[in-house]
Amino acid sequence: MAEIVLRNLVKTYPGTRTPATDDISLEVRDGEFLVLVGPSGCGKTTLLRMIAGLEAPDSGSVQIGGRDVTDLPARLRGLSMVFQSYAIWPHMRVRQNIAFGLAMRKTPKAEIDRRVGEAAELLHLSEYLDRYPAQLSGGQRQRVAVARAIVTDADVLLMDEPLSNLDALLRMEFRTELKRIVGKLGTTTVYVTHDQAEALSLGDRVAVLRDGRVAQVGPPLEVYDSPADEFVGGFLGAPPMNFLPARVDRADGRSRLRIGDQSTAAPVALGDYPGDEVTVGVRAENVEVFDADGPDRLAARVEVVEPTGAAILLTVELAGRQLKVQAPPTFRIGPGSPVWLAVDPDRLRCYHPADSTAITVSG
Amino acid sequence: MTTAPDPAPTEPKATPTRPGRRRRRTRVPTAALLVAPSVLFLAALFLWPIVVGVGQAVTGTDGPTLAHLRRMLDDPYFWQATRNTALLIVVLIPLQFAFALTMALLLRERPRLSSFYFYVWCVPLAISDLAAGLVWLSIFADRGYLNSVLAHLGLGDGYAWLSYDNDATMFLAVLLAELWRATSLVLVIVVAGLQNIPRDYDEAAAVFGATYWQRLRHVILPQLRPSLQVALILRTILGLQTFAVAQALTGRSFPLLVGETYQWYVTLQNERVSAAIALVILLMSLGTAVVYLRVLRDPAATGSGR
Amino acid sequence: MSRLRAARRRTILIHVACVAVTLFMGLPIYLIALAALSSRESLNRFPLSLLPTDVSTETMRVFLDSTGVIGGFQNSVEVGLISLALSLALGVPAGYAVARYAFRGREPYQLFLLLTRALPIVVLSVPLARVFLATGLYDTTYAVALLHTALALPTTVLITSAIFVAVPVEHEEAAMVFGASAPRAFARVVLPQALPGIAAAAIFTFVTSWNEVLGAAVLTLNRRTLPAQVLSTLADSPLAFRFAGGFALVVPALVFIAFMRRYLLNMWGTTIR
Repeated sequence: MAEIVLRNLVKTYPGTRTPATDDISLEVRDGEFLVLVGPSGCGKTTLLRMIAGLEAPDSGSVQIGGRDVTDLPARLRGLSMVFQSYAIWPHMRVRQNIAFGLAMRKTPKAEIDRRVGEAAELLHLSEYLDRYPAQLSGGQRQRVAVARAIVTDADVLLMDEPLSNLDALLRMEFRTELKRIVGKLGTTTVYVTHDQAEALSLGDRVAVLRDGRVAQVGPPLEVYDSPADEFVGGFLGAPPMNFLPARVDRADGRSRLRIGDQSTAAPVALGDYPGDEVTVGVRAENVEVFDADGPDRLAARVEVVEPTGAAILLTVELAGRQLKVQAPPTFRIGPGSPVWLAVDPDRLRCYHPADSTAITVSG
Repeated sequence: MTTAPDPAPTEPKATPTRPGRRRRRTRVPTAALLVAPSVLFLAALFLWPIVVGVGQAVTGTDGPTLAHLRRMLDDPYFWQATRNTALLIVVLIPLQFAFALTMALLLRERPRLSSFYFYVWCVPLAISDLAAGLVWLSIFADRGYLNSVLAHLGLGDGYAWLSYDNDATMFLAVLLAELWRATSLVLVIVVAGLQNIPRDYDEAAAVFGATYWQRLRHVILPQLRPSLQVALILRTILGLQTFAVAQALTGRSFPLLVGETYQWYVTLQNERVSAAIALVILLMSLGTAVVYLRVLRDPAATGSGR
Repeated sequence: MSRLRAARRRTILIHVACVAVTLFMGLPIYLIALAALSSRESLNRFPLSLLPTDVSTETMRVFLDSTGVIGGFQNSVEVGLISLALSLALGVPAGYAVARYAFRGREPYQLFLLLTRALPIVVLSVPLARVFLATGLYDTTYAVALLHTALALPTTVLITSAIFVAVPVEHEEAAMVFGASAPRAFARVVLPQALPGIAAAAIFTFVTSWNEVLGAAVLTLNRRTLPAQVLSTLADSPLAFRFAGGFALVVPALVFIAFMRRYLLNMWGTTIR
């Protein structure tokens, strides 16, 4: 078990001008499951590979378990890894694949057999141990990759988009299983994904990366509910957060948000900014939809109706902007109809239009 | 903005003082170490002989001289060999490409037994030009199989195909032997090139109503361009090196340039003239490669990085 | 209906064409085999029989008993094996470097390979002979093997680099993450996967060496390879000897191609760029 401390990691690949990771510092606590998430090219895989020792940083340091490993090769860092392509060696049987790490450490034969057996059991691979990878399905290969990674009892487990090559159904299923297995082992885990749903469901904490920098890091629900900027709000969640331009008004001693020619109650944080332009962010599920007007409701028009089973997703037009809102599955409405929206001001997030960073209650 | 609120707390910002730039672990040394032996070896066996060869060609027992070059140019065999080599290349290569393309397109239709056909058509890949000459000698020799067939059919009893009196048939024999031997190389390159063309392109063109010939001309051939280009350069340069076919079939009656190097070196024991001819061949090859690369440069490929 | 008939006619045409090409490519091999496996006496008859009516090993036996033939055979094998070992020893590491590392000078290096591949190095045998005379290598199998290695090395590098590219880097990285050093990861994970392709490169080298005649003839006097031996005695030998020699040179080709059928496109096709 070990914590990971990353300090000021900078890496620019030869032949490119913009850095893949631009001065990233992060800490992963002992036994924590940290997910690195972001769009492709955000530097998450580079960061993982620098932790693994497969990529050398231009500057900065990597510490694992209090030891500076920046200049150590991968094999001496005491970690294990699940690769995106699985990297299961085709010329070795499943058994040899799983046992590789133990064999490299010169573990006694009996011990290897025992531990491979256990890992295989845990991942339902017992009957496939003597097969070659070519004889396995994609999902089974994935299990081999995971078994190989956990069998060595490494201090740190790294996973690089391990689920991205599975089809949707298997992915959901294995996600749950992965969470169970890693939870049981309690190994410090760094997990890279571009899938925001995976990030939210798996991580103890989530680090959202963008353009080689950490945009926000925190527990999944916190990052989901209070995105630090428009990018994070737009990246996490399906559908992404809605953003609307608004102006802060003051009437009867209370702040209001003026959206187009309508207005609604503003969150307390905005008290300090009368007259300012702000960008309002709101999640689809935090907007209540009504088929009749009422106090503090905003009038909008339905453009598209998409039933998703558990709910109905509506695309509505409000003040010239499109908004995704969620209505209960019993809600009956057709395109072109008027609807009225109500929002709890506490669920609204406001951002500076200039740099799209969050406006928070400042002390 | 009238006010400047704090941004949301994210990661602790980088301190302006960074730890000193770490010595970058580059991979150049390993790569250089792996590549160096081959570079040194090739340079030694390539550049060194060129230098020595130039020395051989332009120096005599007493200092620099053009005598060897003059002797080479004064030799009628040299000009005959140059003419024959050029003629062989000019006639052979178009034939060979047409033949190889036809073969490749036939295989693309996936007829039954196509893998057997491919095997037989590829066998000459591993046959040397000396062996090819001897194989066709069994056919064109005065008492060989061609004359035997003609005799069986009652069409005369023996024509001297390879006699120096019969320039045309001698050339034809060498041409056929080379066509037989060296077309496989073009075939393999073209087949490999065809495999890299996604069938979608072809099918898309067919869906839009293109006939087979239109597809060939507008879809397949343009896509094959890089492969054909490589094959062309390779074949021309290999064509310049042909000699044992002619040697086996005709002796010195149909001289070729490389054959002349051999003659001067082995039979006439004059390494200096021999080296001079070798340098001529080298220069011709270099010239051909440069000309081809300039003329055939794909307009779509220029300017695109790697 | 007529459409179906047209398609049918097309299939038949394709088959006819295939058979015709196959006859052109295959018949000469049949004939040289026929000639080499006939008795001397029947080769002197005219017209020659086109069917194997008179199969005899006499011609081949006389050929093999001639001076220099068995020795030439041995020399050919020796030169081929040395070239093979040398070009793998020099070429495999270089191929690996080209496949794996983005080093400065990689592009010029590849260009250099193409150049050495495209230029007729064999004609450099003449000056090379002088170099070897000076260094005492002249008339040894090593001299010829060095030349043949130079001939085959660029292709070896190209083939092996294509093979190493096909082995995913992640396979190697996984081995290193799980405790293998770089050489060990190469030996345990990359090499086993690349082995068939490396064998193909080796055979390519051997075939190149087996077939090369000019250099072998120029660089040796007594230690001639089989083709060089056949070439140098060509003018003064009877037809039967030449046919037998031709056949002896062709047989290995049949075997090589049969073995290498799967790799033909890799060896001579895709990697020649």
